[in-house]
Amino acid sequence: MTDAASTANDAHTPAEVPAARDLFSKFDALIAERQALLDTGVRDPFSIVMDEVKSPTLAVIKGKETILLGTYNYMGMTFDPDVIQAGKDALDRFGAGTTGSRVLNGTYQGHREVEEALKEFYGTRHAMVFSTGYQANLGMISTIAGKGDYVILDADSHASIYDGCFLGDAEVIRFRHNNVEDLDKRLGRLPKDAQKLVVLEGVYSMLGDIAPLPAMVAAIRKHPNCMILCDEAHGMGFFGEHGRGVFEEQGVSDDIDFVVGTFSKSVGTVGGFCVSNHPKFEVLRLVCRPYVFTASLPPSVVATAATSIRKLMHAGNKRAHLWENSRILHGGLKALGFTLGSETPQSAIIAVILTDQTQAVAMWQALLELGLYVNMARPPATPAGMYLLRCSLCADHSAEQVQQILAMFEQAGKAVGAIG
Amino acid sequence: MTDRTRIFDIVTEQIEPFNKKGIALGDDTSFAGDLEWDSLTVMDFVAAIEDEFDITITMNMQAEIETIGQLVDAVGRLKG
Repeated sequence: MTDAASTANDAHTPAEVPAARDLFSKFDALIAERQALLDTGVRDPFSIVMDEVKSPTLAVIKGKETILLGTYNYMGMTFDPDVIQAGKDALDRFGAGTTGSRVLNGTYQGHREVEEALKEFYGTRHAMVFSTGYQANLGMISTIAGKGDYVILDADSHASIYDGCFLGDAEVIRFRHNNVEDLDKRLGRLPKDAQKLVVLEGVYSMLGDIAPLPAMVAAIRKHPNCMILCDEAHGMGFFGEHGRGVFEEQGVSDDIDFVVGTFSKSVGTVGGFCVSNHPKFEVLRLVCRPYVFTASLPPSVVATAATSIRKLMHAGNKRAHLWENSRILHGGLKALGFTLGSETPQSAIIAVILTDQTQAVAMWQALLELGLYVNMARPPATPAGMYLLRCSLCADHSAEQVQQILAMFEQAGKAVGAIG
Repeated sequence: MTDRTRIFDIVTEQIEPFNKKGIALGDDTSFAGDLEWDSLTVMDFVAAIEDEFDITITMNMQAEIETIGQLVDAVGRLKG
């Protein structure tokens, strides 16, 4: 019996019943599709294990030293000696975890310190730290947009933004990806006196394209009662003068009411946050359920985050090198004949578009066997049903590594017929 | 021609470009089951209908609309 047909062998779903159904039957199509793919002999792109991690750009996978080009470790902070030391010290002084909510026993001096570091980094009056970036979006959107309010979001928004909408009671409206006219038109149809939250992202993580924020802000400001939340998960660290994100680089800082971000990308650990100048912002600590009803981050994590954020304020050289890597890889892949997610190198993410799942998995596996790890992405995570190999660069990738990466793409691309 | 017939005609006209299997369209035709649309096609189509009638169909409402008839009724309500 295949996995797709079998159900739990217990009193509720006797295995002897032909075509027995239970709550898991809805996943049968996915189980069957995945099994068919694995039966062709390919490795599973969604169950890779890093046996050893040597640096931000190098790991050992099944005994093979592999260049990492599928992490969000943009600024290479995971192995920064100051960051690691801060974590070790906090582990010694404050223990392994807080075992409590931020609003009860889970706020230590370190949680306050990382919020201070964020306020300095963003130049805002308020900062609130969540346990993950996912929870930051979930908490912010579901809490501030309530019954009778509207959330207006880009169709290509991250799952955490959609889930924040589902958790709240607001009316939800989508506009076509990065389409200013579409956004303007949809806002114009809403009741003028209704309160509205427009959710944008600086960098869209699947294709690595950025939002035209000045034009979008101008369109939003034509309509009354709108607040703007901008997710800078993939922009923090290397966009703008202070590395705050795309909104800073494009000069719209004064128009963004809430910036949401994460510690799990450029900062190099885990956690999420929102920064704002809203005078009533602090009340969220009492009413935001994904903030209140979960355990706070371990002391070692907040200590590494605070140290990393402070170092990112002065990381000009690293930023410049990351952008250089992005330009060289984008130009090189394009010259090899690959179809890319954006015409120009817009961020540290470069998406290689493949024709279908078979080709994407074949290419992914060929690269892995050559010693290169990239992310494979498929619908529903991707827009327009695309199969992608997503490359995300690190400031610690050397110029030689970028050339090695291009050579591996050429070899793998020719082997699987993705390029001529 | 009643308002409902007029809306039905405009809606089915908008469906045609996405009606790849060329099935006959009626009130009971479902978007996911009969037309076999994925969520992205639905999103594009809903946006076209919103623009055509100058109305707002929220995602909350979309969850309740499964057939052409339900959509035609919703458009009628929203325009009214």
